[in-house]
Amino acid sequence: MRGVEKRYGALQALAGVSVAVRQGEFFGLLGPNGAGKTTLINIIAGLAHPSAGAVSVLGADVSADYRRARRMLGVVPQELVFDPFFTVRETLRLQSGYFGLRANDAWIDEVMHHLDLDAKADANMRSLSGGMKRRVLVAQALVHKPAVIVLDEPTAGVDVELRQGLWQFVRRLNRDGHTIVLTTHYLEEAEAHCQRIAMLKAGRIVALDTTQNLLASFAGPHPADLEDVFLHIMHSTGA
Amino acid sequence: MTGFATLLVKELLRFWKVAFQTVGGPVLSALLYLVIFAQALGAHVRVFEGVPYTAFLVPGLVMMTVLQNAFANSASSLIQSRITGNMVFVLLSPISPAEFFAAYTLASMARGLVVGLGVLAAAAGFVELPAVAPAWALAFALLGSALLGVLGLLAGLWAEKFDQIAAFQSFLIVPLTMLSGVFYSIRSLPPAWQAVSHLNPFFYMIDGFRYGFFGASDVAPAASLAVVAVSLAVLSALALQLLRKGYKLRT
Repeated sequence: MRGVEKRYGALQALAGVSVAVRQGEFFGLLGPNGAGKTTLINIIAGLAHPSAGAVSVLGADVSADYRRARRMLGVVPQELVFDPFFTVRETLRLQSGYFGLRANDAWIDEVMHHLDLDAKADANMRSLSGGMKRRVLVAQALVHKPAVIVLDEPTAGVDVELRQGLWQFVRRLNRDGHTIVLTTHYLEEAEAHCQRIAMLKAGRIVALDTTQNLLASFAGPHPADLEDVFLHIMHSTGA
Repeated sequence: MTGFATLLVKELLRFWKVAFQTVGGPVLSALLYLVIFAQALGAHVRVFEGVPYTAFLVPGLVMMTVLQNAFANSASSLIQSRITGNMVFVLLSPISPAEFFAAYTLASMARGLVVGLGVLAAAAGFVELPAVAPAWALAFALLGSALLGVLGLLAGLWAEKFDQIAAFQSFLIVPLTMLSGVFYSIRSLPPAWQAVSHLNPFFYMIDGFRYGFFGASDVAPAASLAVVAVSLAVLSALALQLLRKGYKLRT
């Protein structure tokens, strides 16, 4: 991401964001509500056009070379969206097809298994609970085995069991070489999984370092956790 | 399958899974028109020499159904996906604007043609219908359904809520199709209304389609087909341009 800006009329959602996420990295994007995290993810995903700047995914520009960029990108949207006309398996087959993949059932089965969706494979999307729908969203982002996986608050409103299962699976994907970009409000999750973290505030990056360095930089009365660091940085930087 | 083929299949499944509502309903409505108008007017009205009114009515009803359903398919699918947010799954994929356009338009054509064939098959049970120039009928059915599919796509992109689509249907599509000579020949109208009818693009589709059955029409079929083809080209260019810009799809 190079100098990414986004304006909606008078509102400046992003004011020049430059970050290079490294290949194979588990990267966290943190910030309070309205900081611009989802806008940034939407620009990476091609759902929003930047007002200035450019983003590329493994060398493919997300606008000029959007087909290549999108094939390498799997995005789990924050909103719990689904198509009520289809079952879980149909949804995943359709999503594979959108990426030009057929006969993808072996991988679809594997993804469903890891997300504990096997029993719901033939259930209509409408009949699923919120947590189950969230799992399908994750599965949809993974059908084309993207090199880069973007998770926009994947554990919002999700029970402990799924959270643990999900993190196990995502860590495995990361070990297998997938780059992970995560936004979350659960800072302990970011602390546990992310190697590097960028903190956004009012559309600007106010901190960017390894999780270790961020924790070490905080001189407080007790051993710091990421929440201390986050609050310290948010309060010590100007609006 | 390519992304395009999958999106097309998905759009076909979307209406086929609820065919009772999307195919059965419109076929029944068209047949009710046929029964009521044929019963009330059949004995009194003669439009083309040697053609019973009931037979005259069938092609117009078929085409009206084709057009209305082609519009309804792309318009309702797009607005639903936009409002519920599941459009994001298509937008995240490498499907190009042209593929998107083709999939939605072809699915709309399919729904229009399936419903039209249903009306034709049901009507054939009790009305004897000639087919003097079937290639013309087919050409108008294909281009007409494509035109309304594209119009539905434009409406589905433009609208912000369901009732705007409903308004588009109630105040534009339905009046234009009803006043396009489905139930009468425009030659039976006063000259001023004949002139107005010639400004209605739906008139050319109905008139040309009917030519395929009786070999008789108000306007030469080639001229009608040209009007439809040019309208289709203009609206398609507009739709493609909007899709490339991501109009109301990508912020």
